[in-house]
Amino acid sequence: MTPRKMSLKQKYGAYTRGLDWKPTYQREDDVFPFAKYEGIKIHDWDAWEDPFKLTMDAYWKFQAEKERKLYAVIDSMAQNNGQLGITDARYLNAVKLFIQGVTPLEYQAHRHFAHLARHLPGAGLRVAAQMQSIDELRHCQTQIHTISHYNKYFDGIHDFTHMHDRLWYLSVPKSFFDDATSAGPFEFLTSISFAFEYVLTNLLFVPFMSGAAYNGDMATVTFGFSAQSDESRHMTLGLEAVRFLLEQDEANVPIVQGWIDKWFWRGYRLLSLVGMMMDYMLPKKVMSWGEAWETYYEQAGGALFADLARYGIREPKYADVAKAEKGHMTHQAWGIFYNYTHAAAMHTWDIDEAHMAWLREKYPDTFAQHYEPRYRKWREQAEEGKRFYNNGLPQLCQVCQIPMAFTEVGDPNTISFRVSEHGGDRFHTCSDGCKDIFDHEPEKYAQAWLPVHQIFQGACGGATLPEVLDWYHINQGADNMDYAGSPEEEQWNRWMEGRRPVVPVAAE
Amino acid sequence: MNIDLKAEAITPRRHTFSHIARRFGVDKPASRYEEATFDVQPMVNFHYRPTYSPQFELYDARRTRIVMNDWYVFRDPRQFYYASYNISRAAMQQSFDDAVNFVEKRDLIASVDPAWRDLFAAWLLPLRHVEWAANMNCQLIADWGFGTQITSAAAFCGADRLGIAQVISRIGLLLGQGTESALKDAKTQWLEADVWQPLRRLVEDQLVVHDWFELYVAQLIVLDGYIYPLATGAFDRAGAAHNGAPLSMMTGFLGDWYADNSRWTDAVIKAAAAESDANRIILGEWFERWSARAEEAVRPIGAMVLGAEGDAAVDAAGARLRERMIALNALEAREMAA
Repeated sequence: MTPRKMSLKQKYGAYTRGLDWKPTYQREDDVFPFAKYEGIKIHDWDAWEDPFKLTMDAYWKFQAEKERKLYAVIDSMAQNNGQLGITDARYLNAVKLFIQGVTPLEYQAHRHFAHLARHLPGAGLRVAAQMQSIDELRHCQTQIHTISHYNKYFDGIHDFTHMHDRLWYLSVPKSFFDDATSAGPFEFLTSISFAFEYVLTNLLFVPFMSGAAYNGDMATVTFGFSAQSDESRHMTLGLEAVRFLLEQDEANVPIVQGWIDKWFWRGYRLLSLVGMMMDYMLPKKVMSWGEAWETYYEQAGGALFADLARYGIREPKYADVAKAEKGHMTHQAWGIFYNYTHAAAMHTWDIDEAHMAWLREKYPDTFAQHYEPRYRKWREQAEEGKRFYNNGLPQLCQVCQIPMAFTEVGDPNTISFRVSEHGGDRFHTCSDGCKDIFDHEPEKYAQAWLPVHQIFQGACGGATLPEVLDWYHINQGADNMDYAGSPEEEQWNRWMEGRRPVVPVAAE
Repeated sequence: MNIDLKAEAITPRRHTFSHIARRFGVDKPASRYEEATFDVQPMVNFHYRPTYSPQFELYDARRTRIVMNDWYVFRDPRQFYYASYNISRAAMQQSFDDAVNFVEKRDLIASVDPAWRDLFAAWLLPLRHVEWAANMNCQLIADWGFGTQITSAAAFCGADRLGIAQVISRIGLLLGQGTESALKDAKTQWLEADVWQPLRRLVEDQLVVHDWFELYVAQLIVLDGYIYPLATGAFDRAGAAHNGAPLSMMTGFLGDWYADNSRWTDAVIKAAAAESDANRIILGEWFERWSARAEEAVRPIGAMVLGAEGDAAVDAAGARLRERMIALNALEAREMAA
């Protein structure tokens, strides 16, 4: 009898779940101790369908080829002063935000996908998780290598991991990811693989890469293209994982819905930083935050949640709030950074006339009325030599950790804040979305390391701002303050002599 | 004559990241390995305790009994970062593929003594399950280890172990003439045959160890330190008398891989032992505990493959491993006499 040829699926099964066995010398619950405490019920791990069927040999060969190409570009960039090709030195502030805020998250994703690769009881999912774990390590390491060249010439990049652990605005991404990695394995999958990588990735990762493409940042955009095939695997994993949870047991549906609600809002608040970057930090703009939100969330997300409705999943709670706020959010976020640039490892600057015209066009209902007058006032102050820096410390939201500057929906003149009581203390949040998250797990969010509270408690190097900035490792007068008058501006203008007309900075 | 290509020279304002310059004591250009690994892991100001183990911080040096003043002394001599790692492994995989294709094309397996071919399948194929557990152990080290130097290298080692398990599986498919029969038989042996049970018990016992450095010693030093030298040494040599060369061609990469991985594991053990006497005592304790069990677990497999000479081969592997630990200053020489 001639043996029947094995199908691809059978072969892949032999290469992955065929390796696994049910332990008998140790209890399964001891080998996988974290699989049940979230209340998720999985009846049949074998029902997990591997979406990629990627074996290690194919992985190594494919990834090695991509790395050869990427590093050729990185080398060429270093050899040929690639930094001269960017549109303007102000663009680099987007890169600073990226390496300070996002690159460390890639590393943390590497660690926590290793956690899933060890602790999920299903062999198929463990294999998928471990490939993502090393992919994330790739992203962290290649981003460091890509941006390493800029670090040689630009400020604010030089101590990104130290800053990630300490700076006030970096506690926004850090607490976001800490929230996910301190949760159980299934919530992590829902938060990072689904909400973050699937639902919101076009609003997080992609705008940085598109911004690089539009602004002559060859190194970063080459990384972006190189990471695309990894990202699409991660997105697929996220969607398949959530479907799998929903299909395994009806009792999983309300749990997953709760996580989708929470992580939608958590992700949306994190995106304030990205939206601000899109609307304010790119000299050559890709699209406005409002347009991106409509395309990638309202349309694409709408279709997704319509599709998931058959499992009993509805759109995330407060998606309507995000929609209603989209003409305000980025302007308010830029306002925060303009106020506190003296305490940040990046620059902000005066919004020039061309930029204001673009903002008026993109935000016809909100910009001219609410934000343009503010920028004109700030310009006036700067021209009088009194560039405004806010010397008070802001109150932070207990959950998203963004300074409380967002306004009530429908009332852009009133700051939105909510109060919860827990254990005899009062906790402040910036929105109904963040308050719900706090109230659901108050013992978790009460632990938050809030940078402003920590400064007041004397945990951040001292009682004065210069002491705190030293503790942050901010090179004062270089990493921080307005772009106008910065060493970067002086350097850029020198580089551009004889190359192209220097764009004047209005505040000078 | 040289051509004289003029390029604009722009003086950099700094040569590397500040956290790396602090380590060097001077701002000088750093290697890609250094920039990709030093100080990347968050160290302080974690926001929430993990709900699955609230006694620890998200990254916590107390997840092992080993104590280090600086966790960035575990330099990987191979200097692997993601790109260099994948390029190296793509080449290793290619040499395996070439060997298998060579054997397959000429149907060289048919020339091997059938009895040896069956014995070869009996000892090699169940080892893919050991590799799978080694993969899980590496994931735990990548998860709970401390410092990017350890976690990134452990993640690469984990990927290696999945790759090796898949390569063994491919050999199994070949031995099963394109069917899963040989792999299924081997799995039944792994689950039921007496000869494999001490090893399977040891492997499952490792899966409940939560001290990641203990697991490092138990798996990457001790268990690997018995299995790889036997598989690529005495077991392989035993095949020579039975025209086993085609099979050796396919498993040759195991020895190369083990030599490569040992460069890293040597460096890690050496650095941990050099840190303090307290570390050395703990390493010694783990080594003794797990090597006693490993020796017992591989003995029946040695007897299965080598008959009466099995014990001597196992003893020799154990002695070499002990010498290695002594050379790394992780064990006292006097313990050898015990």
